[in-house]
Amino acid sequence: MNFTLKAWRQKDKNSEGQFATYTATNITPDMSFLEMLDAVNHDLVEKNQEPIAFDHDCREGICGSCGMFIKGRAHGPQKGGAACQLHMRSFVDGDLITVEPFRAKAFPVIKDLIVDRTAFDRIMQAGGFVSVNTGGVPDANAIPVPKTIADEAFNAAACIGCGACVAACKNASATLFVAAKVSQLALLPQGQAERQQRVEAMLAQMDKEGFGSCSNTYACEAECPKEISVTNIARMNREYLKAALG
Amino acid sequence: MGTLTNIYRSSVGKKFVVALTGLFLCTFLVEHLAGNFLLFVNDGGASFNEYSETLSHNVIIRTIEIVLFLAFFFHILTATTLWWRNRKARPDSYAQNQKSANSTLASRISFLTGSIVFIFLVIHLRTFFVPSRFFPSENPSMYTLVVFAFSNGWYCLFYLVALVLLGYHLRHGFQSAFQTFGIRGKNYQSLIEWIGVIFWLLIPLGFATMPIYFFWTTHFGG
Repeated sequence: MNFTLKAWRQKDKNSEGQFATYTATNITPDMSFLEMLDAVNHDLVEKNQEPIAFDHDCREGICGSCGMFIKGRAHGPQKGGAACQLHMRSFVDGDLITVEPFRAKAFPVIKDLIVDRTAFDRIMQAGGFVSVNTGGVPDANAIPVPKTIADEAFNAAACIGCGACVAACKNASATLFVAAKVSQLALLPQGQAERQQRVEAMLAQMDKEGFGSCSNTYACEAECPKEISVTNIARMNREYLKAALG
Repeated sequence: MGTLTNIYRSSVGKKFVVALTGLFLCTFLVEHLAGNFLLFVNDGGASFNEYSETLSHNVIIRTIEIVLFLAFFFHILTATTLWWRNRKARPDSYAQNQKSANSTLASRISFLTGSIVFIFLVIHLRTFFVPSRFFPSENPSMYTLVVFAFSNGWYCLFYLVALVLLGYHLRHGFQSAFQTFGIRGKNYQSLIEWIGVIFWLLIPLGFATMPIYFFWTTHFGG
């Protein structure tokens, strides 16, 4: 398969970026999108040109590193998968593929397709944790958690913090990310101690970072590689209302 | 009071205000439509004029009217503030963005539909509310005002377009308000959607019958 790649090139945070066009040749349908980028970069290096910089790590949809906007979609045209899980068979031979970084004020572009997502880390530092005394490992099942609740918490915990929700949202809002973290900890017994201040602190940090607010378009749920439900946003809103009035 | 101010400062708090005022405005639509159906009573507008007079002079109604104006004010002001902040959250737009692949048009153009409905509201108040409330002696009865306004085809067309946009606004807004308050669950999500149909489809249709009826009877029948 052959493709024309229109990729965003930006030297660094302070430089202006622009699109550059490349050709990706001899691509097999079973290659992942990142492997296709590897092949393009291989050609660029051979020609003594700067390769396209992009984030990646595990390449199996778990680490949340490889966020990029492919053909107008966060992580590309697939449901429930990260860019590393996107295969080239999802495209038609000869396609023009536009690839650009996630765009949000809170996610400044560092280089080419790489954005700075440390805003998410600061939201987590604001309240996405539980404070527990260290010590011996507690016995399994010492704290009973009903199966349905555990499942709900686990679904929320599946969030890999890739930022696709921010990228897809018309307001560049991090609401689904915050809602997943708040939900996960609000559902479990370990999260109860800091339950009230957590939701307020994380949402305040979200606002402070320059993310937008939720317009309930649910684009985040549709584009989330882990298919995190917007039910978590409803739960977070309840948590916030209880915390703020309580 | 401090608590409420703090809530309003946050983006989620602002959403609560938009949702709460929005739902209140929905209840107003029900009352407004129910009252307006008196236009169809075949008594030359006597019932409708009496209803209109009552609204103008009843102390309770006048008090609710102030709440209604405040609801409109805060709904519009807060939604505009959120819209402005949200625009700033993405200073550089995408070269290619397939929004229709992940969200409905109604949910994405809520601010636009709301803005046009606001323009409609101003014209609507200028046509009916202002003359009857502030200059009653210089103006004919409310029924005559309605018949006169709807004899104009362009006014009727504008009215109908505004109602379609109101329907679009509520298509997203009604269920969105419940989501904002965290009222979402497998058991009652479909109930919210069905009640929503009353607001985004039936109520605008109900209002649409009036310009259509009066335009028709003025020009082709009666």
